[in-house]
Amino acid sequence: MAVQSEPVRVQSPGGVKGSPLGSGRPVVGPSLLSRSTPYLLLLPAIVATLALLGWPLVKTFELSFQNLNKRQLILHLTEWNGFSNYKDQLTSSEFWHTTGRTIAFTTVNVVLIMVGGTLVGLLLNRLGKKMRILLQAALMLAWAMPIVAAATVFSWLFDSRFGVVNWFLDQLGWHSMANYNWYSSQYGTFFVIILLIVWQSIPFVAFNMYAGLTTIPAELYEAARMDGAGSWRIFRWVVFPSLKPFFLSTTFLEIIWVFKSFAQILAVNAGGPQGLTQTLPFYAYIQGTGNQHYGIGATIAVLTILMLVVLMAYYFRIILKQEDEL
Amino acid sequence: MRRSIIGRSWPNAIAVVLFVFFMFPVYWMFSTAFKRNSDIISKTPVFFPLRGTLEHFSTATGAAQFWEMVGNSFTVTVLAVLGSLVIATLASFAIARMKFRGRKSFVLVIMLAQMAPWEVMTIAVYMIVREKDMLDSLVPLTLFYMMMVLPFTIWTLRGFIAAVPKELEESAMVDGCTRTQAFVKVVFPLLAPGLMTTSLFGFITAWNELPLVLILNKATGPGSAQTLPLWLTSFQSLFGDDWGATMAASTLFAIPVLIIFLFLQRNAVGGMTAGAVKG
Repeated sequence: MAVQSEPVRVQSPGGVKGSPLGSGRPVVGPSLLSRSTPYLLLLPAIVATLALLGWPLVKTFELSFQNLNKRQLILHLTEWNGFSNYKDQLTSSEFWHTTGRTIAFTTVNVVLIMVGGTLVGLLLNRLGKKMRILLQAALMLAWAMPIVAAATVFSWLFDSRFGVVNWFLDQLGWHSMANYNWYSSQYGTFFVIILLIVWQSIPFVAFNMYAGLTTIPAELYEAARMDGAGSWRIFRWVVFPSLKPFFLSTTFLEIIWVFKSFAQILAVNAGGPQGLTQTLPFYAYIQGTGNQHYGIGATIAVLTILMLVVLMAYYFRIILKQEDEL
Repeated sequence: MRRSIIGRSWPNAIAVVLFVFFMFPVYWMFSTAFKRNSDIISKTPVFFPLRGTLEHFSTATGAAQFWEMVGNSFTVTVLAVLGSLVIATLASFAIARMKFRGRKSFVLVIMLAQMAPWEVMTIAVYMIVREKDMLDSLVPLTLFYMMMVLPFTIWTLRGFIAAVPKELEESAMVDGCTRTQAFVKVVFPLLAPGLMTTSLFGFITAWNELPLVLILNKATGPGSAQTLPLWLTSFQSLFGDDWGATMAASTLFAIPVLIIFLFLQRNAVGGMTAGAVKG
């Protein structure tokens, strides 16, 4: 990609030039061409976004108003059915169960991630250099692991017969856990999924937290300590207020990420047992593609998107308050 | 302020516990991949395998179409990243350096696009791709992966471009360059680290993507357009309880990403704050 600087004149891609700049004067009056330059530069990005993001988004809404199952798909039929998919879903107990489950799942994950990440971040700030680098390396590895690879490793760790977790629990004296099948129950499966997500997400929060902590001037701590504040009070009255924007934005980012999680659910136990660990995005996938009720899948997708939009609205309110430079 | 030995050493003690907690799964993946089968299924786990084997790696790489999947994954990922780099360089230059109407709304759209719920849009993407008769092909996959990494790429490159002093460009123009030349000769070379970082993050996103390829490219067999994440999720069902081979497969899949992270390290935190990589 690196462009070397030898053949100068050949390289300028035509059309993008601000016209009278060749005269050697950087400040020029706006000609039509130079006024349209930014739009020309943005054009490819806009076209890509409309075609590859806008279209699927519109299509999702469109499909949600259709009766589209295997038969209609094969025969290329378009059967509009108004709001009936929505009526079905909003009165379906399975949908509301899944929604409740998704909210509970997200809450548990995000609380663990934020509390864990904050504590690890505070610890990083306190460690000596060698220990810190060591812990950072471990965090980095956990973070870097591709989700699918990590999920596979966790299935192996929690394998019922040869898994190291069951062996360890057995050694601790919890003998009923030898050969325990984690995937046979809803809570067992959720435990593995949550541990997997928390394990991979804490590093992000911890690193951000640590980076934020290093920006707090040491005098603030000293002053607080002089006034006799203990660790908790220092956190509550010095660290937290300085990093409040960070806490807010990271929390919302994590909520959105966890709410959307799909690969972990699929790779750990494919939503089982009996669909009891399906969350909304996975439920939409199962209804849509798995059971070939594409219209219904799209309806669930739209409802999920609407919930995400509410979350994102909050997130952007926080972000936009922070970034005036936009 | 004086602290007792215990008071001083507890952070280190906790750090060691956390180190094990975060490191162990990764270590376990590597070590299982190199362990002999007898050590994998022993009653007491073998924590430090002294007698290793490469047998599992040959099982994994010998699996049907393994190399095809590797090829697919690399093709899709590299093309998606290059495509988004080109588009993003143009766009980010505009938003970093030019004033125009609609700039703010464009930036807002980019930020929103970064959080696009791809996971639940797969059904619609499937319908679109099916209408175009392009299922089981690498082309739509490349295009959509490009779109997935595009907002992040624009957003990050904008920061890198804004960091290049405007005066450099202006003095080049005083010396007779056109604005395009000034960009190509002055700004672009300075952007190299930025382009590098951004493309590596894009690489990770595209390399790891699962929901879309899962729904678009179902066909297996020779000439299939499946990618490594999909292969890895089916690996367990293919190889059953052969955990050695499964871990070898995971290792092979994870290695490129782990290497990239090692390379990025410092930039990782700031880069990720922008949000796209976790998807």
